[in-house]
Amino acid sequence: MPKADWAIFEEDYWAINSVLSDLLKSSNSQSSLLIDRTGQLITNAGTPPEFDVVAFASLCAADFEANSQLAKLIGEKDFSTLYHQGVEESMYLSRIARDVILVVLFDKSTTLGLVRLRVKRSVDELSAIFDQLFEKLEYRNEEYDDPLADSDFTEGVEAEIDSLFAD
Amino acid sequence: MSLINYSSREINCKIVYYGPGLGGKTTNIQYVYDKLNPDTKGKLVSLATEMDRTLFFDFLPLELGTVKGFKTRFHLYTVPGQVYYNASRKLILRGVDGLVFVADSDEHRIDANLECLYNLHDNLAEHKLDLKDIPLVMQWNKRDMPSALPVAEMEAELNPESHNSYEAIAIKGDGVFDTLKAVSKMVLHKLN
Repeated sequence: MPKADWAIFEEDYWAINSVLSDLLKSSNSQSSLLIDRTGQLITNAGTPPEFDVVAFASLCAADFEANSQLAKLIGEKDFSTLYHQGVEESMYLSRIARDVILVVLFDKSTTLGLVRLRVKRSVDELSAIFDQLFEKLEYRNEEYDDPLADSDFTEGVEAEIDSLFAD
Repeated sequence: MSLINYSSREINCKIVYYGPGLGGKTTNIQYVYDKLNPDTKGKLVSLATEMDRTLFFDFLPLELGTVKGFKTRFHLYTVPGQVYYNASRKLILRGVDGLVFVADSDEHRIDANLECLYNLHDNLAEHKLDLKDIPLVMQWNKRDMPSALPVAEMEAELNPESHNSYEAIAIKGDGVFDTLKAVSKMVLHKLN
């Protein structure tokens, strides 16, 4: 089993991307991203965003995390969704299972109501995929090459660290 | 929280710089950002007040070259040093893989260093994490200050468990990469 806290496998990736593509089509949105709550981008679908997605992912996670603390302060367990409205572009964020956040970017060619409705369905589908994925991580993934278990890999990354972080 | 993405062939790890206010956490990250080749770094995101004090965090993604088909990426974060922003400090620790404690060598800041170290323990405990399980590197920053405490005293006060430690003058870049190199290798070995 990989020693990382978690892993995304090829088949899950395709299952996730198919849900995201359906969501974009049915909600008439531009693009969607999946981010984990530590701010790491898992995947994105639709029109590739022109902005820096890595920075975007870390800010979305922070946004979600800050709002979750606000929820606790007013006696709520969590805010499971967030909505940010812009003049041209808006975004809708929703928590799915296992600390993963779904972000949908949309413009005036659709409505918040439709996006919210379609996201709700996709959240159920994605939650099921992530639940299965984590079960798989616990029970059976010996067939996957774990790069971290390979000493050549560690040595290679160490060499990269030495060359990159040299004064 | 380290993540292996087999579809995009990426491994992501999170390193957090922790320490008292004005200790040099942002200066560390800023130096790394200024020195690295544009191909290997992403955008430096700083959520700071008008006075340039970190309000929420600084964030810098770094990308190592591809090894055996996998790209390794380190996400560097700083927390706000001011106690006032403790709620945000706590949030940044979620899913941390490695820590750098940037201590201020000024003898007048010893209490602030100690208080911050206790605060780190408390905030990790809220995420059900223990400092014993997370790679930690201590950095004795501002070694050029006339009022700097001797390193032996810093070690005795702040590092009784003898974690790896490095002397630094972050503003000039001294010790910045040594610290980062040490913590990233420790994170890598912990995963291995």
